[in-house]
Amino acid sequence: MALSNILETPAAGFNFDNVVRNAALEGLLEEQPPKPLKTGTTIAGLIFKDGVVLGADTRATSSEVVADKMCAKIHYIAPNIYCCGAGTAADTEKTTELLSSNLTIFSLNSGRNPRMVMAVNILQDMLYRYHGNIGANLILGGVDCTGNHLYTVGPWGSVNKVPYLAMGSGDLAALGILEDRFKHDLELEEAKELVRAAIHAGIMCDLGSGNNIDICVITRKGVDYIRPYQESAYKDTRKIKYKYRPGTTPVLTQKVVPLKLEVVQETVQQMDTA
Amino acid sequence: MLNLFDTRGLRSQLKDSIPVAGLCPTGSYGLQDSMRSGFTSVKNELLPSHPLELSEKNYQPNKDKMNFSTLRNIQGLHAPLKLQMEYRAARQIQRLPFLQSSNLALDTLRGSDESIGFEDILNDPAQSEMMGEPHMMVEYKLGLL
Repeated sequence: MALSNILETPAAGFNFDNVVRNAALEGLLEEQPPKPLKTGTTIAGLIFKDGVVLGADTRATSSEVVADKMCAKIHYIAPNIYCCGAGTAADTEKTTELLSSNLTIFSLNSGRNPRMVMAVNILQDMLYRYHGNIGANLILGGVDCTGNHLYTVGPWGSVNKVPYLAMGSGDLAALGILEDRFKHDLELEEAKELVRAAIHAGIMCDLGSGNNIDICVITRKGVDYIRPYQESAYKDTRKIKYKYRPGTTPVLTQKVVPLKLEVVQETVQQMDTA
Repeated sequence: MLNLFDTRGLRSQLKDSIPVAGLCPTGSYGLQDSMRSGFTSVKNELLPSHPLELSEKNYQPNKDKMNFSTLRNIQGLHAPLKLQMEYRAARQIQRLPFLQSSNLALDTLRGSDESIGFEDILNDPAQSEMMGEPHMMVEYKLGLL
């Protein structure tokens, strides 16, 4: 074995070793490099009389192919805070998981439920630190001791506090519906129907959104996560497992041969119970 | 958007910061591994390849600098001085050079035992698959090498 170098342990966190290699490869390869899985989404949220309603479609696309027909875009952050994510699927998942872990540690330490402003500030700091390289467009909705809140955080760290909102590739269509029919202090059923209509408009008018609609209602009393709220008319009837019940194939003959066993050797080992 | 050849901007960030790449190539036997890292070039070894690389490497020192200078302005020189003394003492509690230390005292002082970031999940040094040669690392640390 040749003389090995004195090893410095690599720093924790992101590793940039492959950037040079990727840049060199991009010049050599003629085709496009593989793109990360994006969610190409419609997500929407609005504040109603007793809380917040969040809605999302369930399609995840990888360029022109639908990669996941039933992906969950409404992520759990805290018992009173949920977050819809658009953008690169892995980034939204990981960022929301990190946020959720941080808030759980905080609430275990202090014994209190986390507030929305805490979640928004942690997210904003984290996303600004990476200067937009983490592609996560998030809508945070929650109910805490100060009231009902709806925030949006962009990938570069911008924050907006709004009464109703839509994000993702289908946001223009969804926003059209919301702008037309939103009123302050809606009732629960009207609010759910409005969010459903907004996501439906996004599904109809945008290729990146589709399949089912998920709705999440957050109130002071608790959370109602309805998945799916509305199923798409073009449901896939193919099964994932093909398991046949016993008796599907008729039995013609049966022969039973008992296996004769005899004890050859027996050893006893005492167990040490103290 | 991101111009990898914009050296002027990157060079200005390099001034007071920790150097990015070692001068010895990372392949086996000390030779450049062309399959993995491409052809050798002086620019690749001196300048960072990704705009975030420098920013991430200097993130913790910059944050500490900013916090200490604010503290000095508010409470006077004694406050950052005392804190830095505690950090130095805590940083000296280490295992042998080739073993990963838990840095418990340092984490508690910094407050990073109550938060989770990407540095706790990605590239955790405690789970790194390579270990340095124990004898050589201890000799290097003691100055015998």
